[in-house]
Amino acid sequence: MSDTTGYLDMDLLRLTTAGSVDDGKSTLIGRLLYDSKNTFDDQMEAVELSSTKRGDEHINLALLTDGLKAEREQGITIDVAYRYFATPKRKFIVSDTPGHIQYTRNMVTGASTANLAIILVDARHGVIEQTMRHAFIASLLRIQHIVICVNKMDLVDYAEKAYNKVVEDFKQFASRLENVVDVSFIPISALKGDNVVDQSTNMDWYHGSTLLYHLETVYVGNQENHVEARFPVQWVIRPQSDEFHDFRGFAGRVAGGVFKPGDEIIVHPSGFTTKIKKIYSADKNIDKAFSPLSVTITTEDEIDISRGNMISKTNNLPKVNQDIEAMICWFSETSKLANRAKYIIRHTSNEARAVVKEVKYKVNINTLHKVEDDKDFKLNDIGKITLRTSAPLIYDSYRKNRSTGSFILIDPQTNETIAAGMIV
Amino acid sequence: MENYNLSHLKQLESEAIFVLREAAAQFDTPALLFSGGKDSIVMAYLAYKAFYPAKIPFPLVHIDTGHNFPECLTFRDAFAKQYKAKLIIGSVQKSIDDGSVKEETGLNASRNALQTVTLLDTIEEHGFDAAGGGGRRDEEKARAKERFFSHRNDFGEWQPQNQRPELWNIFNGRKQHGEHFRFFPISNWTEMDIWQYIKAENIELPSLYFARERQVIKRSGTYLEVNELVQPREGETVETLVTRFRTMGDATITGAVLSDAADLDAIIDEVAAARETERGNRADDKRSETSMEDRKKEGYF
Repeated sequence: MSDTTGYLDMDLLRLTTAGSVDDGKSTLIGRLLYDSKNTFDDQMEAVELSSTKRGDEHINLALLTDGLKAEREQGITIDVAYRYFATPKRKFIVSDTPGHIQYTRNMVTGASTANLAIILVDARHGVIEQTMRHAFIASLLRIQHIVICVNKMDLVDYAEKAYNKVVEDFKQFASRLENVVDVSFIPISALKGDNVVDQSTNMDWYHGSTLLYHLETVYVGNQENHVEARFPVQWVIRPQSDEFHDFRGFAGRVAGGVFKPGDEIIVHPSGFTTKIKKIYSADKNIDKAFSPLSVTITTEDEIDISRGNMISKTNNLPKVNQDIEAMICWFSETSKLANRAKYIIRHTSNEARAVVKEVKYKVNINTLHKVEDDKDFKLNDIGKITLRTSAPLIYDSYRKNRSTGSFILIDPQTNETIAAGMIV
Repeated sequence: MENYNLSHLKQLESEAIFVLREAAAQFDTPALLFSGGKDSIVMAYLAYKAFYPAKIPFPLVHIDTGHNFPECLTFRDAFAKQYKAKLIIGSVQKSIDDGSVKEETGLNASRNALQTVTLLDTIEEHGFDAAGGGGRRDEEKARAKERFFSHRNDFGEWQPQNQRPELWNIFNGRKQHGEHFRFFPISNWTEMDIWQYIKAENIELPSLYFARERQVIKRSGTYLEVNELVQPREGETVETLVTRFRTMGDATITGAVLSDAADLDAIIDEVAAARETERGNRADDKRSETSMEDRKKEGYF
């Protein structure tokens, strides 16, 4: 029997990291990978070599997350890189976003798929404007778990006072944030390794868990919505073979709730109703499907269903509307949001045209104040707008469902993704 | 209360199937790149699952370097037949004969870089607007920054600083005429995930992945299997050692590793204990620190 057979049942945690330029984010990720034994000899050799070349005194773990030649040459960092590591309990996917000028855009991107956010705070500087910005984005994107890592404790003599100040200041600020279920605080030194993977011997006053232990044990099962049944249809499967002559299956990924054979369902926007005949996971029939499973559904009656349609249960309906109110984050470096401007909106498996009806306000993400006198959306701006779409969207609020409540806007001229939206 | 937790493999499988279905829906003429290596085998198998009971709606495209392990070709043909998939072969030898590429010369010459030209030619010849690959973000730092849907310009080039942000699971596959996409359904899988999935799903692989006695020579620190393309040079001695391959590439440069892992359980244990990345024995990646990045920008997989 293989030692690793048990690993077949690990679960998965997606996390994102946030911090300002010198908060030690790369060092922390390097430390997590290194101390949890997820680095390889040839990688460490390369890092050692680069460290020596740079004249570093010790092996610079930050180099484990070192970027591309294009980045080094141009002194830029390309938005999001993904890192992977695993322990016997969990597999981790880390979206690593660099802290520079395009930061908001990058963090929004990294946060959109994360269940947990690590926010780094330099113990010497405490909670600063950027910390609040990071926490705001995490709450806006509905990341339910936040871990505040009070880093560089070695530079404040591992003093409890510095840590307590961060805890107090942050709690005061966080009371104004929505969506955040759980905030934890961990005093660490990424450079020296205190409380990252191994318990620190320098901070007797701290009785909580190490960062890795927290990541391994935090409960994330509540991130998916298992109440409102939603199934955006991606693709219609018609085999056109003798064996499956009349087979018509609707393929997609469950976006919420639970579907079972025999359930009464309604197709939006047509309004046709029928019952689920069978649910397939590839060539096997299964007795229930829930998010985020990819399945194929067949129906009792032959009704017209195509890509872009949404299937729900008859007793719990999504909203169907052409007028949408949403929080958006603007991504384009070159174009600004204009009133009456027309864009392409992609939402679940659906695509439509959208016109901006009104810019309600922008958010000053450092103070959380609404700005109503400057409505020019530029790169990194976040705020509330209303849209009218050419065809009805079938949606839930983002607060209820991340899949059916999110969309992107595309510039029809350049095909660039220029905004991310969360339906209010 | 019912249990709605999904194992990491089930989550990765669902995500990959989602990406494959999006590719089928958003592109007009998508194809899957199929090398006969484990990653592309898993990807093609996931495509079978995604569209069952219909056929895989993508042809499998193999870029044939002419430097293959013969077993890979047999395996490729059998796989395509089993899953009733259409197979399209782009030949590097033909590109060389046409004069569109020039064969590398010298001691460690390989056809790895030449594949890019043949790949882009094959994409153009068949009018594919998207090509799916088995690339994984954990393989290499240039891959760590890849999107699920990766936009390529008119020349097939990847522009890392100019990628579209990718949020939630909403993919933007819109493009101008002449541009195309690469898509990577198993982006979030690690080498370990691949092996665990192969084991869980009982997926067949070329026997090159499994240890047995092989005749090898040591060249530039790498064990190469002696075959038609690799013959001992002066000063090199042929040894019989128990080895296996961790990747399938150009047979003239892809090294075998000393290993007695003869079945999946043993391989999973070996991967868990491995101290070197799987590409550590590929000479093409060792050429410089940025060799993968450079090749990707030109249009490599």
